[in-house]
Amino acid sequence: MPTNRPTNVELLNAVRDFLKAEVLPRLGGTEKYHLQVAVNALGILGRELTSGVQFDAAEQERLGALLGAAGTREELNRLLCTRIRERQFTYRDPKLIDHLMRTAMAKMSIDNPKYATYVSTLAQSSADEPRTDQ
Amino acid sequence: MSEDLANNLASAFRRRFGDAVQIADLKSLSGGASAETWKFDVITSESRLPLILQRMAGAQQFEASLDRVLQSRVQSAAFEGGVPVAQVQFAFDDVDNLGNGFVMRRVEGETLGPRILKLDEFAAARAGMTRQCAEILVRIHALDTKSLPVLPVRGARDSLDSLSGIYRRFGEELPVFELALQWLEDHVPAQGGTTLVHGDFRLGNFIVGAEGIRAVLDWEMAHIGDPAEDFGWICVPSWRFGQLEHEVGGFGKLRDLISCYETAGGRAVDAQRVRFWTVLGCLKWGLICLFFAFQYLNGDVPAIERAVIGRRTSETELDLLKLMRGA
Repeated sequence: MPTNRPTNVELLNAVRDFLKAEVLPRLGGTEKYHLQVAVNALGILGRELTSGVQFDAAEQERLGALLGAAGTREELNRLLCTRIRERQFTYRDPKLIDHLMRTAMAKMSIDNPKYATYVSTLAQSSADEPRTDQ
Repeated sequence: MSEDLANNLASAFRRRFGDAVQIADLKSLSGGASAETWKFDVITSESRLPLILQRMAGAQQFEASLDRVLQSRVQSAAFEGGVPVAQVQFAFDDVDNLGNGFVMRRVEGETLGPRILKLDEFAAARAGMTRQCAEILVRIHALDTKSLPVLPVRGARDSLDSLSGIYRRFGEELPVFELALQWLEDHVPAQGGTTLVHGDFRLGNFIVGAEGIRAVLDWEMAHIGDPAEDFGWICVPSWRFGQLEHEVGGFGKLRDLISCYETAGGRAVDAQRVRFWTVLGCLKWGLICLFFAFQYLNGDVPAIERAVIGRRTSETELDLLKLMRGA
């Protein structure tokens, strides 16, 4: 463990809460808007620190299985792009779509979990696939 | 800076209209990287006129857009053709020393999409807006091209090639965007009608009052092309502001927009053509988000919102996957 408490996420949230509670109400106009954007960005970072590594590993594993190849996540994504350009994969390919949907949903859970398409897709998929651990 | 601007504006009015005028309440409305907007009143001995100044700022635009003089001429032609737009007063020339811009009447009202979709005061406006959009589009698409300045011609094929080129130049490898380009390649519609296309017809570019749309803004993407493009663009999920089930700007249904358009005298609209343009529009917005992010990353526009908007690219990836599946 390289650091003491607070953890990176806890520290980030402390900064975010401070800006939101103490600084934001004192600003107006463009400055307020820019700080709101900054606060949102810290929210993105907090979610990424929490789940990013795990999402990246899952994406890499799915890519490996889909492509039948080994490599870093970046290498495999490049290979996937090449194969899409060469039409070895198309938009009619359910396995490809499934992988890309999972990747897009993971990204959205970090970038903007309030986005309507994300929220409605999440509600749909949990209705379609009842969780087995309940 | 705003004092110089006020002095130059006063001279520009005096040169054109002879009278001494006073410029009052000059205020910057937005500090966009590609355009500047100012509001002000011009006071003469008889009247006080509420006006807007719009001019280019330094930063590079995503796609080739009209310069403000050309834009003002398209906007004037639209005004003559019965489209609700702010009436152009005059475009600047070199003597004005006011940059590349123009002055138009100020139309009061709301432009923010979420407010228009949510607030009670716009309930009546929302109820009529699909029909109103249809009637406005009929007028835009019926404008005699002879009344317009020479505009770029951009059909489906040209737009797709342009987006594909922009994507490749970023050097990013995004599987969803590759797939969208593949889908679009397979769905390019045959050469459509060639009419004036607004090019940025969406919620956010309408000034709305309690009774409905008062003015259509932002004509700098106007071109000659496929009228279905304006239908596709207004249906891009990013402009629905959460109201997904209303594919037209979060307030209307596409089938109603099409039927009102045809009833109002517009030519038949093919929903498949519209779908092509919605997918293309969604990809385009995703690329604009990336473009903004790179403006920050390259040091061209050191503004935090440019950096952060890069993370909105993922919204269009999810929307593209849904759109390609026909959802």
